[in-house]
Amino acid sequence: MASQRVFSPWREAWRRFRRHRLAVFSLVLLAAIVFAVLFGKWLWPVAIDEIDFTARLARPSLAHPFGTDDLGQDLLARMIYGGRISLAVGLAAMLVALSVGTLVGAIAGMSRSWISGGLMWLTDLFLSLPSLPLLLLIIYLFREQLKAVFGLELGIFIMIVAVIGGLRWMPVARLVRAQFLSLREKEFVEAARALGASRFRQVTRHILPNALGPVIVAGTIDVAAAIIQESTLSFLGLGFPPDVPTWGRLLYDAKDYLDFAPHFALIPGAAIFLTVLSINFIGDGLRDALDPRRVQ
Amino acid sequence: MWNYLLRRILIAIPSLMGISLVLFIVLALAPGDPFSELTTNPNVPPEVAASLRAKFGLDDPILVRYWRWLLAMIHGDWGFSFASRVNVDQLILQRLPATLFVVGASQLLALAIAIPVGVIAASRPYSLFDQVANTFAFVGFSLPTFFTGLVLILVFSVQLDWLPFVFRSDIAATGWRWYWENVRQAIMPVSVLALFQASSMTRFVRSAVLDVIRLDYVTTARAKGLGEGVVIRKHVVRNALIPVVTLVALQMPAVFGGAIVTEQIFRVPGIGSLLITAILANDTPVVMSVTFVFACLVVLSNLIADILYGWLDPRIKFN
Repeated sequence: MASQRVFSPWREAWRRFRRHRLAVFSLVLLAAIVFAVLFGKWLWPVAIDEIDFTARLARPSLAHPFGTDDLGQDLLARMIYGGRISLAVGLAAMLVALSVGTLVGAIAGMSRSWISGGLMWLTDLFLSLPSLPLLLLIIYLFREQLKAVFGLELGIFIMIVAVIGGLRWMPVARLVRAQFLSLREKEFVEAARALGASRFRQVTRHILPNALGPVIVAGTIDVAAAIIQESTLSFLGLGFPPDVPTWGRLLYDAKDYLDFAPHFALIPGAAIFLTVLSINFIGDGLRDALDPRRVQ
Repeated sequence: MWNYLLRRILIAIPSLMGISLVLFIVLALAPGDPFSELTTNPNVPPEVAASLRAKFGLDDPILVRYWRWLLAMIHGDWGFSFASRVNVDQLILQRLPATLFVVGASQLLALAIAIPVGVIAASRPYSLFDQVANTFAFVGFSLPTFFTGLVLILVFSVQLDWLPFVFRSDIAATGWRWYWENVRQAIMPVSVLALFQASSMTRFVRSAVLDVIRLDYVTTARAKGLGEGVVIRKHVVRNALIPVVTLVALQMPAVFGGAIVTEQIFRVPGIGSLLITAILANDTPVVMSVTFVFACLVVLSNLIADILYGWLDPRIKFN
């Protein structure tokens, strides 16, 4: 019909996403957190390492909206700085996990030889690796060397991102492979094959775009999981060094002062929780929006 | 049945070997070895250092070294802890019961929460109960275990002073009092882990029940005039829980990760806190062995899930 407006798939997805009220609310909340973390440095220009022993563990006040830590350093400034690292680790680790997972899944999904079985065996093997102990082991063994090559902060950033991403690609690989197995037999792919499209073109132009929906959902949830894992490492005292106040590191410092400075622990904890919760809800909304089987 | 069991065990062995190979390669790729200090020590001539390396086989190909390490592990020779001055296997055996107790109790508690909530939510999909349960599940697995642990300590130990926040293995009491003290100190670590687990399990149970509840045989059972309670309990739940077994087993790596954090917060003397102490003390034999034990526990729980699956679902052929 000529009068009917045609919606692009993305617009259709956005229409479905908007129906998930919690997801929309989470999107606003996450946008606010990201904005605060990115631009807070200019809105709240206080040094993160200005030590003031007269204001140790001060409760939230006008001078220090989030209070101060055990050395009298302003907690709001440290939260802004730490949030950048936590979010950057989450995003970067998600990218690593998605790239590795998509590559492995795509190869396993396209190959019709033993490679497919071998890669899936590898995936299952990685799935049964205990990730946190392994993460701790790798950091324990390689910390010194990376520090020497890339410098303290960058070295640890690269290592944490690589290791968290490198231990989280398996669900994505399984997802992509399952999608590929069904998509590669579809008529439109066969048509492309009949027209002489190379394998690479079949994958990149025809199969992968159609498999993208679940991958985006998995990627969203991976950001949340990576933020939790980075905070866990920092909380155990084995992540970033003490002078880099990531949210997990702030919690680690706060846990000894629970009885007289509860705000010190509650604020970074709540920040991690709200960020992760909003990302998870957005993932849920995206699942509703991008799964064409769930047309409402 | 025995055939199935045997086959499952035989499948578990290569994955254990694979995991141990991954661990060993990680260790071998790491910079530095036990003799690296000798080369920088001016009192040790280079020939002596080289002959020591040769004597202990450090220059052999990696697969040879892996094989030797694996044989030693199988023989129970797990090395010597530099920090604690005892054999590693003794140290782990001493610490393992606390971890198994905390993990096991929290899994049971999580199942006790997740199964009823998931079943009720799925039998009334999109009702108010379902929506509230779903929101709570999201909150539950977005709360990192270290934060829930600290909040519980803040509320129940610091503010209310009801529960102790340090787990002690040397309680000076006897009889019922001893049991009571142990339960009291286990409440917080167990519930932290259980809350985290229950939230994802609730979602598994809900979707599994939803898959089953629409099947024809459930309609048949209702048509026969059976009460809703009997239909749900005897016909739906029994079938719906079969895939949940596998999903719970797949969660085990995350559970042990959570156990490390909880043990560290509440100072539970388990292998998780042992791992952290060993890492901070550069105690490589302990670090390697504990990681390997965690891997074994994960593989073991997958194996148990497979066996349970075969036992619960008669459609799986044993031959």
